[in-house]
Amino acid sequence: MFVYADHAATTKIRPCALRAYEAAAQETYANPSSLHSAGQRAKEILTACREDIARALNADPREIYFTSGGSESDNQAILSAAHAGARKGKKKLISTAIEHHAVLHTLEKLQREGFEVVLLPVGGNGIVDPASLEREIDENTALVSVMLANNEIGTIQPVEEIGAICKRHGVLFHTDAVQAVGHIPVDVKAIGCDYLALSAHKFGGPKGVGALYAKTGAPLSPLIEGGAQEKNKRAGTEDLPSIAGMTAALKESIADMGATSKLLRHLQDKLIAGLSAIPHCALNGDRERRLPGNTSFCFEGIEGESLLLLLDDAGICASSGSACTSGSLDPSHVLLAIGRVHDVAHGSLRLTLGEENTEADVDYMLEKIPEVVAYLRSFSPVWRDLQQGKRAYIL
Amino acid sequence: MSLYSEKVMDHFRHPRNVGIIEDADGVGEVGNAKCGDIMKMYIKVKDGILTDVKFETFGCGSAIASSSMATEMIKGKPLSEALTLTNKAVTEALGGLPAYKLHCSVLAEEAVQAAVLDYYKRNNIPYDEADFKCALCAHAHDHDGEGGES
Ligand SMILES: Cc1ncc(COP(=O)(O)O)c(C=O)c1O
Ligand SMILES: [Zn+2]
Repeated sequence: MFVYADHAATTKIRPCALRAYEAAAQETYANPSSLHSAGQRAKEILTACREDIARALNADPREIYFTSGGSESDNQAILSAAHAGARKGKKKLISTAIEHHAVLHTLEKLQREGFEVVLLPVGGNGIVDPASLEREIDENTALVSVMLANNEIGTIQPVEEIGAICKRHGVLFHTDAVQAVGHIPVDVKAIGCDYLALSAHKFGGPKGVGALYAKTGAPLSPLIEGGAQEKNKRAGTEDLPSIAGMTAALKESIADMGATSKLLRHLQDKLIAGLSAIPHCALNGDRERRLPGNTSFCFEGIEGESLLLLLDDAGICASSGSACTSGSLDPSHVLLAIGRVHDVAHGSLRLTLGEENTEADVDYMLEKIPEVVAYLRSFSPVWRDLQQGKRAYIL
Repeated sequence: MSLYSEKVMDHFRHPRNVGIIEDADGVGEVGNAKCGDIMKMYIKVKDGILTDVKFETFGCGSAIASSSMATEMIKGKPLSEALTLTNKAVTEALGGLPAYKLHCSVLAEEAVQAAVLDYYKRNNIPYDEADFKCALCAHAHDHDGEGGES
């Protein structure tokens, strides 16, 4: 049995996206900047894609910039807003402790340039309290950046309330919607954001392509200098096949959203109920305000990488926020931010499902995961200490 | 998964000498302060020979495989030889580990030393601190990361 349960990492390309990609790569392959009619046909497709993406977000096509993905969109939005703020003497940036590294590392870079960076905490449920923003936001604030949905624990942030606070204070607001777009409804006007980042490979589009929504009038400076593509904001010949693939994937994701989220909610309910039966474990993130595909748990007394390796042997692809899987020796900053101590964060497991997953996949995971957890606990000195009362259970 | 060699995966999937020794002559528990892995080594000693070795590990594939390999390498050997076991030797016997996973494997060398040290202390056997540099000091191991968050 093979179960792919790592859709938050990336997804399989949708057939409709592959077809759109192929058509653009083989038929309308000319350069949209070329004057000849073949180039102009490519340009028409580019324009149509921009209109479709804009419509999907309730934006104006002039507000959509194609990029190489979520990381680039996050970088460009944050750097543009910060530098524009600095020119007016505003050097404070507010974000949250659970952002993706595409946001956090950009903020760290700005901090080294002299910006003040404030990371709002989240509650144990993985959700930021808008009141904490209200306390921090001031006339020196250049930008607020709060993600729409978290990539590890799936929690959905109160971005509309945050947008309203930013608007009231006249502060630019960016939201990293990479995990949300194509999975839950996203409307830039309802959110009230000035920038929004999205990435195609999270919703069945190609990898290495994404978009940045930048509201008309919001400062935007290029990261890449060169030609006049994307209204001088992003040089380089447009990757029309990928853009066409992304557009097709987004349209289909949105068309199927009702049915997909119904299925995913059902599978999530079952997975959470089933895994909760394992002794001394806990769900990470709010039970209700989370992406339908995300199930994240911590199991006390075991380590996540060994769990992933054994699940992989059983044909299950998952992910973990363990220090041993991070490549940095630190457990996930998101798990630490929701109050999981180091030892507990060590035993984390993220299962992220997509529309192709089935009830049988969930049944299989619910058979294997408890087995593997019990096996790893059987020779864990930490588990032994917990069982013998030499250590206190945390979960 | 090609993160680890076949040899590492073999020891990870089928760890040798896993478990505890109820009447152990020495027990050593060491933890990696940075990543959080913990390893516990139990030894039985007779006439200066390690007649039995068992381990328990809370950790990743690298930590489990290196514990397993380390027990195989020292079981049946004189204490003096067990003390010369290095992380490098364990890693080589495993056919290598990714550079950024080495830090998780050093626990094996430290746990062996800690167990022998415990045995010496329990039996008031004089020892040379230089033989226990790993078990007696807490050290940080640097490494380069790979990959990213998704
Ligand atoms: C929340 C979030 N932001 C940003 C990114 C980066 O997106 P990309 O891989 O398209 O650069 C990801 C994906 O890993 C993500 O989950
Ligand atoms: Zn480790």
